[in-house]
Amino acid sequence: MDLGPHAAFIWASYVIYGGVVAALILWLVWDGSRLKAKLAELEARGVSRRAQRSAAPQKDA
Amino acid sequence: MSHMTQQSLTQRLANPTRFMDLSRRILPWLAGAAAALIVYALYLAFFVAPPDYQQGETVKIMFIHVPAAWLGMMGYALIAISSFGYLVFRHPLADVSAKAAAPLGAAFTFLALVTGSLWGKPMWGTYWVWDARLTSMLILLFLYLGLMALRSAIEDEALAGKLCAVLGLVGVTILPIIKFSVDWWNTLHQPASVIRMDGPTIHNDLLIPLVYSAIGFSLLFFTLHMKGMRNEILRRRLKSLTMAEVDRARTVSASAAAE
Amino acid sequence: MSGFLTLLKRDLLLQVREGGAVGTALGFYLVVVALMPLGLGPDLNLLTRIAPGVLWIALLLAALLSLPRIFEADDEDGSLEVIATGDLPLELATAAKALAHWISTGIPLALLAPVLGILLNLDLAAYPVLVATMLAGTPAISFLGAVGAALTLRARRGGLLLALLVLPLYVPTLIFGITAIAAATGGPSGFTASFLILLAISLFSLVIGPLAAAAAIRFQTQ
Repeated sequence: MDLGPHAAFIWASYVIYGGVVAALILWLVWDGSRLKAKLAELEARGVSRRAQRSAAPQKDA
Repeated sequence: MSHMTQQSLTQRLANPTRFMDLSRRILPWLAGAAAALIVYALYLAFFVAPPDYQQGETVKIMFIHVPAAWLGMMGYALIAISSFGYLVFRHPLADVSAKAAAPLGAAFTFLALVTGSLWGKPMWGTYWVWDARLTSMLILLFLYLGLMALRSAIEDEALAGKLCAVLGLVGVTILPIIKFSVDWWNTLHQPASVIRMDGPTIHNDLLIPLVYSAIGFSLLFFTLHMKGMRNEILRRRLKSLTMAEVDRARTVSASAAAE
Repeated sequence: MSGFLTLLKRDLLLQVREGGAVGTALGFYLVVVALMPLGLGPDLNLLTRIAPGVLWIALLLAALLSLPRIFEADDEDGSLEVIATGDLPLELATAAKALAHWISTGIPLALLAPVLGILLNLDLAAYPVLVATMLAGTPAISFLGAVGAALTLRARRGGLLLALLVLPLYVPTLIFGITAIAAATGGPSGFTASFLILLAISLFSLVIGPLAAAAAIRFQTQ
């Protein structure tokens, strides 16, 4: 595809643009799965939102 | 005391829970639509759109530069609306929205500057020109950076949200004045030949890919924003659960010590 | 009204008595302006051309130095909480404090500028215009600066953050201050227009500054 004498600028623009957008997507997805994993871990340890918080404090493990 | 904690926690989570539900269902569709439109726009850009009679093929940069600039401004408008909502209505999701929008808006503003620079070099011979649009974009980037810097510099998250909301509103109020002053400044220092970046009129053949690109990237922005909001809600949930756990452990050890 | 004046008088006395605080800002102004020819070469023609810009920018930077002081001292000894919960509306209190800053720091800087203009071979016709535009523009610097000071009161890296937040807000004042001077010294016409817009921006900041600063302080003293 002939993009003329300034092809390098066009490619550079699109590559940088795509790179930044890809980085944003990857960061958000990675951050999301990391958070979900940590929340799942807390859940597994028995910490829940409708906590037995108002119940008497237990001598738990 | 623990009842109060439970009450406010529920309150805080009520709306966000509905949001999480709704967004989980909408997100895939939004992302899919964005992807489809962007792919189609790129196809149009590279295989259908003709070269500009004046600028040649480099006009293709316009297809991503203009949407980026537009998204940079829209991002700030979104922050302004969220800030207003947070300050006036104390809506918990408003702060989440503002926080999620900042890095996105900043990224697209940055892209607008970079693509503008790369577009300008073949046109004007230099990588940077202080024309009104680019200069305004640069200052907009500074405003974004200020918002993000302020948020990270304040430890109390609730306070950070409120102060960023104030800054966001001050910024959006002064932004038109800044834009006006930069335009004024530019007309005084105008180089002899006036070249507007998008040309005097945009031909239809160039307009259509541009529109598809603009809509596609806008949908992408909303997708990323929604995802960012979901992440932030998860992060806050994680934080309050962790703190509750610490709290409980402390209560347990305190009552154990008391016995 | 009397509460406003009392606070204003108090702040002015504090600024003056603190001794050296205002002087430091003026000294900074002098040093920065003196650095310019050292960095750019002593070509008098060049200096004349850049003099208005340099004088304005250095003034902005010098003013930045003194902005944290608007609220810091009171925050440290707890009187800010008293002011925030007192009878005088917080918006008026912040306005009084910003006004005190302008009187104690803004005006002296503006009056020092023509003296420093000698160092930069400032065009003779520009002297009165320089002082006029600076006196018209420095209120915006104090009042918008107060917003920055309020926002960064308890932030980490407060001073640097303050500069980052506030300098973009100064762009309109800077531009219209410069174009007013340029118009008066033989550039494109339009001095009146630029000057009036400069004044309008300052007036606008008189309203928005105290409002935003008060909101910020309220959030931090609750």
